Amino acid sequence: MSLGEFILVSVIKIVIALIVLLTAVAYTVWLERKVVGHIQNRWGPTRVGPFGLLQPLADGMKFIFKEDLIPPHVYKPLYIAAPMIALIFALTSISVIPIGNWITVFGIHTPLEITDVNIGLLIVLGVTSLGVYGVALAGWSSNSKYSLLGGLRASAQMVSYEISLGLSLVGVLIMAGSFNLREIVDAQSGTFWGFIPRWNIFQGQIVAFFIYLMAAYAETNRIPFDLPEAETELVAGYHTEYSAMKFAMFFMAEYANMITVACLATLLFLGGWHGPHRFGPPILQAILPIFWFVAKIFAFLFLYIWVRGTLPRFRYDQLMAFGWKFLLPLAIANLVITAFIVALRA
Amino acid sequence: MVPLSYYLVLSGILFACGVTGFLIKRNIITIFMSIELMLNGVNLSFVAFAAQWHALSGQVFVFFVMVVAAAEAAVGLAIIIAVYRTRETLNVDRVSLLKL
Amino acid sequence: MQEIMLHLIVFSTFGLVCVAGAVNLLVQRHPINSALSLVVVMGSLAVEYLLLGAEFVAAVQVIVYAGAIMVLFVFVIMLLNAGEEERTKGSRVAMVFGIPGMLIGSVLVAWVLLEHSGTGNVATGALPGAPKVIGWLLFHDFLLPFEVTSVLVLIAIIGAVVLASHPGSAQQGLAQPDKRKR
Repeated sequence: MSLGEFILVSVIKIVIALIVLLTAVAYTVWLERKVVGHIQNRWGPTRVGPFGLLQPLADGMKFIFKEDLIPPHVYKPLYIAAPMIALIFALTSISVIPIGNWITVFGIHTPLEITDVNIGLLIVLGVTSLGVYGVALAGWSSNSKYSLLGGLRASAQMVSYEISLGLSLVGVLIMAGSFNLREIVDAQSGTFWGFIPRWNIFQGQIVAFFIYLMAAYAETNRIPFDLPEAETELVAGYHTEYSAMKFAMFFMAEYANMITVACLATLLFLGGWHGPHRFGPPILQAILPIFWFVAKIFAFLFLYIWVRGTLPRFRYDQLMAFGWKFLLPLAIANLVITAFIVALRA
Repeated sequence: MVPLSYYLVLSGILFACGVTGFLIKRNIITIFMSIELMLNGVNLSFVAFAAQWHALSGQVFVFFVMVVAAAEAAVGLAIIIAVYRTRETLNVDRVSLLKL
Repeated sequence: MQEIMLHLIVFSTFGLVCVAGAVNLLVQRHPINSALSLVVVMGSLAVEYLLLGAEFVAAVQVIVYAGAIMVLFVFVIMLLNAGEEERTKGSRVAMVFGIPGMLIGSVLVAWVLLEHSGTGNVATGALPGAPKVIGWLLFHDFLLPFEVTSVLVLIAIIGAVVLASHPGSAQQGLAQPDKRKR
């Protein structure tokens, strides 16, 4: 396809992906409030719209109308830039996540992702590494002791668990033989004995899945690893001094990171968009993979929120000891065993 | 179809900026960052020549440069922290004497 | 033709961003601004690597260099609360003779490289550096340097932990009261 066509298709895909992702972020917030509410034996939001479905809209309007305060002694350029950095990198990683097969719309053959690169997984890991800057700079530029401590702790935690996150994915890479997310998903198509799907989690990467799960909770600063931003500990950690729209950007960045992590887990461990046997007319066959993908992400996010409502949080030294002394050796052991088995089979 | 010399000129400019920063800056952390800038300029040269001569060993060597830069950054920053603890300053002109 | 122009445009844009970041590193007085301009330089260098086809190197540059080493720099600047740089005497001579000298030297080297280097053109993505191929090279031809650098990193870790730990806590051991919160 020509350059003009390529740019047009890419811009359309970017706009659609952004709208869908931002709506998904807003409704993940709603889902969390409902689920945590029900776990705690209360209703969650019910008043704004049916089942509280318009609550994100009300929250958005609140954030827009709230006074945007800049405390006097902050380091202004970084204070204003840090939430933008956090949000930009949280939203960028969606650009290499495929949600379905190649489709042909109006004669243009295009993949259901913004770009199809050979190193898609590395790009997601790279963007996750860059997201640490938003947190560190916010904590430092706020010129407050709670923010600085919270920012330092949060960024140290994110950097430490990034390693286990990356290592847990290498087992999947060895089995699939490529960094291309589409090829990794295609390696999981088909079934064992006709009904057990050939997902990586059933192909021996169950330990890697749990390492990834725990490292993902720590990367996105969620309970049980959310000491840096817990209200009873450090006021609100690195986003103590932020109000209104800037706080909303941090909030959105956290949930966008959750969705990215859920997408990666689905692609790498739960078989991506492959579902039970194909049926129906071709138009349905193009849409059905998206449905399976969204269903799996929903299950993963539900697990995230369920853990949030159930477990207490780790203390900071327990958290760091867990990451370095338990998860990292376990991830390396998983990698060695996987490599050994794959080499024996070949 | 960009001439290779453009990449080399860019690499040279980065290296020159790194050397200039190393010589004129007084804050020790900024001096350290100028060293990292020099290493980055050199990495660009390696990759450009690897593309020119179709030798992948150029790209592999970049890995080693990065690993050495990481090790050096870790140890160097630890030294800076140790120096800061005793001298209470990050200005290199103030740590020029052995005696406090 | 369109592709050649696009290659030149992307190269020039990110080359200008690199140079602007490098000059900004020199000009800024607060080290945090220098650190962030260095991150910008590394990011645009990663794009330049992608233009040359070195995709794995570009990804590793972002993950390791911009995403870990520079975070370490930012941590240290935050922890030591480094303020703006003060003007001290020793740098005057270097400024007056050094900077024009460096400029003239760079212009000279650039002119020689552009006119008389005798190297040809490099196409977009000239040498695709797929992870598989680079991994093969790393573990077959370059196995000894790989193992040696891993030992180097181990030494660096031990050295950094020892250097940055509190003075005296290693020698006195149990005798010193442990002030850390349990």
